[in-house]
Amino acid sequence: MIYVVIIFLWTSILLYILLGGADFGAGIIELFTSKTNKAKTRKTMYKAIGPIWEANHMWLIIAVVILFVGFPKIYTTISVYLHIPLVCMLLGIIARGTAFVFRNYDAVKDDMQKVYTPIFVYSSLITPFFLGIIAASSVSGQIDPQANDFISAYIFSWLNWFSVAVGIFTVSICGFLAIIFIIGQTDSDGDRQHFVGKAKRAIFMVMFCGALVFIAAYAEHIPLATWIFGDTPGLIAIIAASISLIIMFYALNKDKPILLRLLAGFQVAMILFAATYTHFPDIVLLKNGENLSLVAHQGQVKTIASLGYALLIGSLFILPALVYLIYIFQKPKAVVADH
Amino acid sequence: MDDFLAARLQMAFSLGFHIVFACIGMVMPFFMSVAHFYWLRTKKVVYRDVTKAWSKGVAIFFATGAVSGTVLSFELGLLWPKFMEHAGPIFGMPFSLEGTAFFIEAIALGFYLYGWNRLNPWFHWATGVVVGISGLLSGILVVAANAWMNSPAGFDYIDGQYLNIDPIKAMFNEAWFSQSLHMCIAAFVSTGFAVAGIHALMILKGKSVKFHSTAFKIAAVFGTAAACLQPLSGDISAKDVAKRQPEKLAAMEAHFHTERFAPLIIGGIPDTTNQKVDYAIKIPGLLSFMATGDFNGEVQGLDRVPKADQPPVAVTHYAFQIMVGMGMAMVLIAVLYFIALWKKKDWLRSRWLLKLFVIATPLGFIALEAGWTVTEVGRQPWIIRGVMRTADAVTPMPGIAYSFYLFTAVYISLAVIVSLLLFRQISMVDKLYDSANQSKDEQL
Repeated sequence: MIYVVIIFLWTSILLYILLGGADFGAGIIELFTSKTNKAKTRKTMYKAIGPIWEANHMWLIIAVVILFVGFPKIYTTISVYLHIPLVCMLLGIIARGTAFVFRNYDAVKDDMQKVYTPIFVYSSLITPFFLGIIAASSVSGQIDPQANDFISAYIFSWLNWFSVAVGIFTVSICGFLAIIFIIGQTDSDGDRQHFVGKAKRAIFMVMFCGALVFIAAYAEHIPLATWIFGDTPGLIAIIAASISLIIMFYALNKDKPILLRLLAGFQVAMILFAATYTHFPDIVLLKNGENLSLVAHQGQVKTIASLGYALLIGSLFILPALVYLIYIFQKPKAVVADH
Repeated sequence: MDDFLAARLQMAFSLGFHIVFACIGMVMPFFMSVAHFYWLRTKKVVYRDVTKAWSKGVAIFFATGAVSGTVLSFELGLLWPKFMEHAGPIFGMPFSLEGTAFFIEAIALGFYLYGWNRLNPWFHWATGVVVGISGLLSGILVVAANAWMNSPAGFDYIDGQYLNIDPIKAMFNEAWFSQSLHMCIAAFVSTGFAVAGIHALMILKGKSVKFHSTAFKIAAVFGTAAACLQPLSGDISAKDVAKRQPEKLAAMEAHFHTERFAPLIIGGIPDTTNQKVDYAIKIPGLLSFMATGDFNGEVQGLDRVPKADQPPVAVTHYAFQIMVGMGMAMVLIAVLYFIALWKKKDWLRSRWLLKLFVIATPLGFIALEAGWTVTEVGRQPWIIRGVMRTADAVTPMPGIAYSFYLFTAVYISLAVIVSLLLFRQISMVDKLYDSANQSKDEQL
């Protein structure tokens, strides 16, 4: 049953990066779009994101609940030593979630929009940035339970070049996902061409940020290259992701939006796989060399069993409903007689 | 400010904020579904207008409740890591189920908000009902987890170790039913009165009267019916607390000495040093009757509890008095409203009844916050009653005071913006939602 729980944990993290990430990306793109294109970009994006917007962010809650129920030691270690980036991420989540709703549901469209929009776009940027920092810090081996001063216990646990680089990389992934998503939502050929051009630039941006991560890892003496390319499965995952990138350029030129989305999802999944497989079942690496493992630090038998059943039963309800939700709002608007 | 106090205040603030949004988010969908049902049945446009206006409110409150809930799931670890390390695996069951319920709610809300003219009308209506039911289930589950802190179950605590964990037993602890029942009814009372009060004010102002009267009636019926049920649930809770957490009841009542024929103490200023209550109204024997069902029953006082394990008396007592006072005021209004509905139809058109509802707008939420204070402060000094002290659970990270200031500022600004948004929604009713008004404009 422990592996069922681990698969759910991994999948919810992946889905949060993909679906939540595409949402964050929407805000990030808005930030980096020229004034003239802003309105068009925004309109295209929210037409599709609206209905599934809330659901996309539930994956984070599922992941957190799995952590604190099934792996309390891991949850509390992260909570204590990565307190500050977690708070920054939470502030981003609060600001973004509320600003999104406020700007869509404010009955009067006036200058308050000028307050909501910057909050929305900047929090779209900082939330995935700190998410990346947290993810990187859990494996960068800087969390030091023996530290006795504030700076080394609570600041240097997460503040290093590697974490910052992964934070930037996460932001670039979100932007990339959002653009790939938008291409399928455009309704004119001109718009499509516009976003295809952007998508190509976004791909190079992601590759550039990925390279930054390796450079930062080298500077921080983190053997990232060995982690990623050292294991056969990790290596295969990276090769598969690279091949799919070539197919992606083909799909970009041939207008195949569904294939594009599947490829983008596949690439992110492969990156996450390569990054997590190398340490599995360890998930948090501490400075003293003691690692926190999903297997060794799991909860008691009955806890894991009931958590596993709760997740399995829950997914029977959630997945069909979610798939139907996405299906309904993706197909061209079929107007049922006005009721 | 010391870190422990800051952590407690931050948690209290976060929960106090979340509880309002969560309650509105779980109750409004029911109001909305009732209005929607009447629209589908009667085809009177005013019902559709009310449904659409309320669905905007649901969207705003759901989103705010969802983010504040996400924050709480992290804050548990950020502020109380020692607690979560041990409690997580034991009381996690309701949280894992709540994850599902919450997810379903988010999906159903997506269908509902964007489903007008896209879905089969009755399927569309049903998705709104699912929003309400899954929201209510989430509420019950979260309160069941809180109940476990009051009534720990499903594990053996031996030599500082938590053994033989049974998450199902932990979820169905002794307090889950009475606490969840009281909380759910409270959500209906507070939301019902708040919504009814706002619509009553608009009727008094003479704006879109038909629209607001329709909305007022639905909210008022829910709120008043729930207000009348709440004392019954309160009685279940009182008897349950008397049995399980006698020290909490003693603090609620500022009941210092164990005695038979114990008086019910109303109001007053508790004096902990001299162990007495000044300026209080005392009704002899009533507390014994309420706690045990027998006027001569023995009610345990604070004297049976070691000093170090006593909850703060003053805060718990005042909060309890406020909750009961507000509750009784709302029962009174409810009775008047029912008389108006059944016997004195002309009262329904009178201004004084509407004015009463306007005055009562915040009462439900004041009672709700006060009740929450009673249950949380009354559990102190324990975070898991009898097992772990709150002071032992707090994070080792210093500087929590800054985090407290930060979150307080964020929550206050959010409250201000949400109020502004709500105010704007309400003042725009005639332009955005009231089609009666719009067609009149077109004719002119």
